[in-house]
Amino acid sequence: MHVAQKWDTGFGITTCIDKKGVCMEVRVANVRKEFDRFPALHDVSLDIKSGELIALLGPSGSGKTTLLRLIAGLERPTRGKIFFGDEDASQKSIQERNVGFVFQHYALFRHMTVADNIGFGLKVRHGPSRPPVQEIRRRASELLDLVQLSGLEKRYPAQLSGGQRQRVALARAMAIEPKVLLLDEPFGALDAQVRRELRRWLREIHDATGHTTVFVTHDQEEALELADRVVVMSQGRIEQVGTADDIYDTPNSPFVYGFIGESSSLPVKVENGEIWLADRPIGLSAPHEPSGDATLFFRPHDVELLDGCSGCIAGTVAASRRVAGTRRVELEIGGERQRVEIELPVDHPAAQKSRVAFRPGRWKLFPAA
Amino acid sequence: MADPEIKSYEPYHESQSAAVTESRPARVALMTIAFAFLGIFLLLPLIIVFNEALAKGVGAYTQSLSDPDARSAIRLTLLVAAISVPLNIVFGISAAWAIAKFEFKGKAFLTTLIDLPFSVSPVISGLVYVLLFGAQGLLGGWLKAHGIAILFAVPGIVLATVFVTFPFVARELIPLMQEQGNGDEEAALSLGANGWQTFWYVTLPNVKWGLLYGVLLCNARAMGEFGAVSVVSGHIRGLTNTMPLHVEILYNEYNAVGAFAVASLLAGLALVTLVLKTLLEMRYGAEIAATRGH
Repeated sequence: MHVAQKWDTGFGITTCIDKKGVCMEVRVANVRKEFDRFPALHDVSLDIKSGELIALLGPSGSGKTTLLRLIAGLERPTRGKIFFGDEDASQKSIQERNVGFVFQHYALFRHMTVADNIGFGLKVRHGPSRPPVQEIRRRASELLDLVQLSGLEKRYPAQLSGGQRQRVALARAMAIEPKVLLLDEPFGALDAQVRRELRRWLREIHDATGHTTVFVTHDQEEALELADRVVVMSQGRIEQVGTADDIYDTPNSPFVYGFIGESSSLPVKVENGEIWLADRPIGLSAPHEPSGDATLFFRPHDVELLDGCSGCIAGTVAASRRVAGTRRVELEIGGERQRVEIELPVDHPAAQKSRVAFRPGRWKLFPAA
Repeated sequence: MADPEIKSYEPYHESQSAAVTESRPARVALMTIAFAFLGIFLLLPLIIVFNEALAKGVGAYTQSLSDPDARSAIRLTLLVAAISVPLNIVFGISAAWAIAKFEFKGKAFLTTLIDLPFSVSPVISGLVYVLLFGAQGLLGGWLKAHGIAILFAVPGIVLATVFVTFPFVARELIPLMQEQGNGDEEAALSLGANGWQTFWYVTLPNVKWGLLYGVLLCNARAMGEFGAVSVVSGHIRGLTNTMPLHVEILYNEYNAVGAFAVASLLAGLALVTLVLKTLLEMRYGAEIAATRGH
């Protein structure tokens, strides 16, 4: 367990206190999940630190939502275990796990007011752990303050905007003082403007309450901007776990390079530590790479334009389009008919030339599959 | 409404596309046919029922209704409905829950089976019970030995009514629950609710209007059922006659006022049902499943 963290939200709500076991590390150990013998997750392991805000990022079908639902207890793993702190939670029901789950489409109870929605988790408790009605109402109001929706207690979900519903769903999940907050595509159904606003707001709430928080997204911008660490998933496996900088600057697989940010790739050959494109060296050396076929990855905006070409990549401009403050140029390279994209300043003369030579700034080689 | 962005019910738009707009005479002809049909086959009989019932004045009308046999028939009909409707609710919710909320083998079979009473003649369903519980039936001997009367007694009537009515609630709830999915239930469970709490606080309120609609139709059918009940009832006056059976007996005895007086009660029930049904559809159309036509 980490040192107790205590956060005052400024609303009299302190929610992350280690002694109560509210703050929680989550450990996913070698989990496999099959649906009708079709594997959705293969042997996934992940350590989530207490109080961390972590994003599960991947294309659809990558298993990110399945992993989230496994942590929640909405699904049981086929193999492997899930620990909450030191406790094996794998066989515990969702009620016993005490997690706050925010559903993609919020799943607010339509026939209940906002206050009743938020108070639901407290109302269904049994015996002495169930607060009196007044207390439930007071807590609902406090949480509404926290999510900046004061005064909307008596509204019904149908009377709220998408962004407001999202906030109510979060308040409802936090009302049960969960050990872990889990959010499934929290901003997926909102328009871009509200999305950005809520993103910043979620970060603030997280910093204020300190819940261990896991959210699923397919939006890399959202993941990189919001999360302490990003878990990139593909085809039921974790590809890479790291901070936004790690993931963007040192992708560890062709998938991550291609999935995160923009990337261009070229099939190349390594010979005695030199990188060759077709029949000529391109002026990049990779002394530690074994000789053989490989794929060169680089970012379109991270290129150095050259005048003459002795040791460079040269190509003919095949297409050019204006993207905001820059110009994207598609180059046809050599006889291989390979196309790569690079970015040029709008007024750069190279954009007009039919032939452009460049060399990638930061790049990475992966052995050819 | 859990996700109104996705599921928004828009009111029907008057489509006035030129390609599908019929000429005025065609429209008038179609409407005339529809109204004439309804008038002759529905409205006229309804007027006649009340007209005949009151043919000899209000006194004769109330007298026929206070006849002991008529009262007994009314009581029995209410009793049968009071038993079969709750059974139907329990069965309907269970079946709809099972079919809509989880996967199991034989689901398609169960779905088909639920529709069986709609496709079988009520007389046949009555006969099934005769074959099963009758003196020469499969269980007849055993029942007789133990002094249990099912056929030609109230239990038989209830069984036949339950059989005939059991699709109503289930058919109403299955598409509704399927459309709503498991999201709300999962949310309730994640907030710590147990199964019963989830059912009472979340599932039931989500389907209440659909349920009410199903109950309404079920009740109307339970009270009005003739064929199946006729086969198993034995027509014992004052004992096993329901209202529809009583109407038939009186009519066969040329007691037109008596027959139409009781019939007017059934017609009244039908009208009340119709009004309630329309109100429910107008107000909660979106929350009532789209299976109409029975």
